[in-house]
Amino acid sequence: MIRSNITAQRLVAVFLLGCVLFNYPLIALFNKPGEVFGIPLLYFYLFGAWALLIGLMAWIIESRKD
Amino acid sequence: MLQGWVIASVSFAYLGVLFAIAYYGDKRADAGRSLIDNPTIYALSLAVYCTTWTFYGSVGRAASTGIGFLPIYLGPTLMAGLWWYVMLKIIRISKANRITSIADFVSSRYGKSQLLGGLVTVIAVIGIIPYISLQLKAVSNSFTILLHYPDIVMPAKAAAQPLLQDSALYIAMILAAFTILFGTRHLDATERHEGMVAAIAFESVVKLLAFLAVGIFVTYGIFSGFGDIFSRVESIPKLKSLMTVADTGASYGSWLSLTFLSMLSIMFLPRQFQIAVVENVNEKHLARAIWMFPLYLLIINIFVLPIAVGGLMHFPDGNVDADTFVLTLPMAERQEALALFVFIGGLSAATGMVIVETIALSTMVCNDLVMPALLRWKSLRLHEEQDLSGLLLTIRRLAIVTILLLGYIYFRAAGDAYALVGIGLISFSAVAQFAPAIIGGIYWKGGTRQGAIAGLLAGFAVWSYTLLLPSFAKSGWLSIDFIKEGLFGMALLKPQQLFGLAGLDEISHCLFWSMLANIGCYVAGSLRARPSVVETGQGTLFVDVFKRSAGTEGSRFWRGSAQVQELLPLIGRFLGPERARASFLAYARRRGLASIDALEANPDLVHFAENLLAGAIGGASARVMVASVVKEEPLGIDEVMNILDEASQVRAYSRQLEQKSQELEAATAELRAANERLKELDRMKDDFMSTVTHELRTPLTSIRAFSEILLEDPKTDLEERTKFLAIIVKETERLTRLINQVLDLAKIESGNAEWHTAEIDLHEVIEESAAATSSLFSDKHIGLNMVLAGNVPKVRADRDRLIQVMLNLLSNAVKFCEVERGRVTVTLSVEGDVVRVDVQDNGSGIGEADQHTIFEKFRQVGDTMTAKPQGTGLGLPISRQIIEHFGGRLWVNSESGKGATFSFTLPLNGNGAERREEITEK
Repeated sequence: MIRSNITAQRLVAVFLLGCVLFNYPLIALFNKPGEVFGIPLLYFYLFGAWALLIGLMAWIIESRKD
Repeated sequence: MLQGWVIASVSFAYLGVLFAIAYYGDKRADAGRSLIDNPTIYALSLAVYCTTWTFYGSVGRAASTGIGFLPIYLGPTLMAGLWWYVMLKIIRISKANRITSIADFVSSRYGKSQLLGGLVTVIAVIGIIPYISLQLKAVSNSFTILLHYPDIVMPAKAAAQPLLQDSALYIAMILAAFTILFGTRHLDATERHEGMVAAIAFESVVKLLAFLAVGIFVTYGIFSGFGDIFSRVESIPKLKSLMTVADTGASYGSWLSLTFLSMLSIMFLPRQFQIAVVENVNEKHLARAIWMFPLYLLIINIFVLPIAVGGLMHFPDGNVDADTFVLTLPMAERQEALALFVFIGGLSAATGMVIVETIALSTMVCNDLVMPALLRWKSLRLHEEQDLSGLLLTIRRLAIVTILLLGYIYFRAAGDAYALVGIGLISFSAVAQFAPAIIGGIYWKGGTRQGAIAGLLAGFAVWSYTLLLPSFAKSGWLSIDFIKEGLFGMALLKPQQLFGLAGLDEISHCLFWSMLANIGCYVAGSLRARPSVVETGQGTLFVDVFKRSAGTEGSRFWRGSAQVQELLPLIGRFLGPERARASFLAYARRRGLASIDALEANPDLVHFAENLLAGAIGGASARVMVASVVKEEPLGIDEVMNILDEASQVRAYSRQLEQKSQELEAATAELRAANERLKELDRMKDDFMSTVTHELRTPLTSIRAFSEILLEDPKTDLEERTKFLAIIVKETERLTRLINQVLDLAKIESGNAEWHTAEIDLHEVIEESAAATSSLFSDKHIGLNMVLAGNVPKVRADRDRLIQVMLNLLSNAVKFCEVERGRVTVTLSVEGDVVRVDVQDNGSGIGEADQHTIFEKFRQVGDTMTAKPQGTGLGLPISRQIIEHFGGRLWVNSESGKGATFSFTLPLNGNGAERREEITEK
């Protein structure tokens, strides 16, 4: 079935990227007062990174060739 | 005014809609046009993950820890990236083995162990009960609060209310009835509930819309947008601290452990397993869920923080529980309809969770706990009962009622000590205990039953001690000294600072110790003894599920004899005779047989029957039941190993075969190419022979003709005779030259030519060649220019051969120049590390097409058949061979009608010549 190897590897890469984005020390970089477009920095960063991961996964899944 | 009866009737109307959807879904499924055969519906049904915890509790959590509500949703997002490997494998295994619950999965993996199935069931039930009580608490609280509209009154402590006036009790009973209607209307061999899944997907939409409605109302109705809320937060120090997390190791540690915990929960919560694996229609649906489910989580979380800080600003005195902000904010603003919609959204979140969770748990309780016990209880004589399907349904219904009542009891006991999220995390930590046995079981063949039992027991014990018992202590069921002083007053045994481990929050603390105990015991127990026959077989089936064809492999590990007449009634007793007959008939048709009577009771059929039964009563019980009617000859461990070896040998052979055939293909291609080359050479040789003979015949013919004239006519006068003899001599010379050149070329080509390499001066070579050809030039009145650079270094080459090349080029130039108007220029120059000689003429030139062919043997420009050939056609090929022998290059630049320039280069350092000679000598 849908067991394209390259798709699986790409998704695992996204998983690893997420592990880095959502953990110390990267979070600590944004864990400070300040805001972007009126939204607190940490809140903005986490939701942005989250949306990025979902976008990547959607792109990987929907553009696969099998 | 929201009266109690309004709220109740709206709620029941909503439940009625759900039931209608479920009913329609089941009808469509029976008609073979599945409503849920759709990846989007699959993704939405996975959102059963979002319960009242998300709906009410996230805001409460955000109000106390700021961003701390998020790891519970980031974990599943990360896990989705691994689903393609892990979840797909679990789905494939479950479909191949007709696995119907997480207990069934663990028990099947470790040799269809009834003990293990029972253990997993007990852990799941005890672990999930707090989670169910959380739903009861949320619905009952929201109901009570809504009832007091327009006043905002926090519900009294549940324990303070008399039992019969407690709305939570009635809610529990209504949910039980509803779940029974949904989940146990009939017994299905695959334990799938299409209608229920459709209803759950619908509920996911309702709770999302309800939450977004509140979010938009709070953000844009009460306040004016995100910017407004957060700029107000700036001025309140207490709220400002919520925008960041405490910059300490502990807070990052608890962030990490919550993320990890939720990663495991999304896989191993019984309801997630039920929806993602058991109810999965088509494994291709998983693909879209991988991104769509995280997207759902993202959307439902966007407004959590605005609602939380909005609530904190709206109710600054802190007498409103933050867990209720979602409901109390619209109420405070007198938004009756919105408040009711929110209540329905919360009800959706709760009913979805309760229905799926209790169905999953009741299946486990029935198949892995009660049935095995009943079947062992010989005095019940269940073996002789004709139709047990009714009994199975009754057990499940009782299990549903019991589980909800237990949830209610926990709610009365401990419900007030914790916020919603706190209760949920206790359950998450419990199901995390399944992770080592399941993940280990699908990737490690060496995991054994003993290891799994040891790991689960150890993990469960640590979880109970560090999380469950303290939750009782906090609610007053146990002495609080238990937490403060430790068991028997021993400080090292303090349940939340076990062995003195302080500085972690209670969840991280429990997760660390329970995982350490669980994984440690699992690995140690597995390595302690060799796995048994069944464990080895099942382990291989699970781990290698992608390498084996589904369905047929399981029967390889079974040997014995059976009768169709015994198997069919056995299945009939559990599934109902009609359903059993239909399944057997379908199986027979797939095998190309007309009726059930034609079926042979071979291992495949026994395996099929066991799988069918496993769908209804679980793998372990199914094995016991089937074993009661068939005579199984046990396979020895050696035999199982042989079967496995055989399989791996076959795989190895087929790999080798594939490799060989690839090699063979490559060799064939090479041979074909070589053959082509040989054919080409053969053709060239034939061409060469016919051209040579043709070329030889031309002078021979004229020699013979003139000789015959001389012979036949002795009276030819002297003048004629001299003329003829001159022609004969000339033609003979031409013949000799031709033969010499053919021999010469053959020698060069075969590498047998003699070369007299020496340091030579190209000036001399050119002058000498010019002198030798001067008569040709003067005969046709053609001018010869020489532009020779001074100080050209000597090159290593064969002098005579180079003169041969120069003569050839000069005579060619003369040949193609017109009388009197022709001009030939010879240029000698140095270019980098080569010497270059150009011979330029202004003759007829050579067309593009001929520029390659002139270097082939016997090819001359012009039509050799009609025009008298002006040479042998071997000059240029020989020249090129000579130049290339000394490491140089010979080529032509020309345009038709504009003369031609023949050029050659020779390397200065002479290395080329030596290298070439070495090769020739060898």
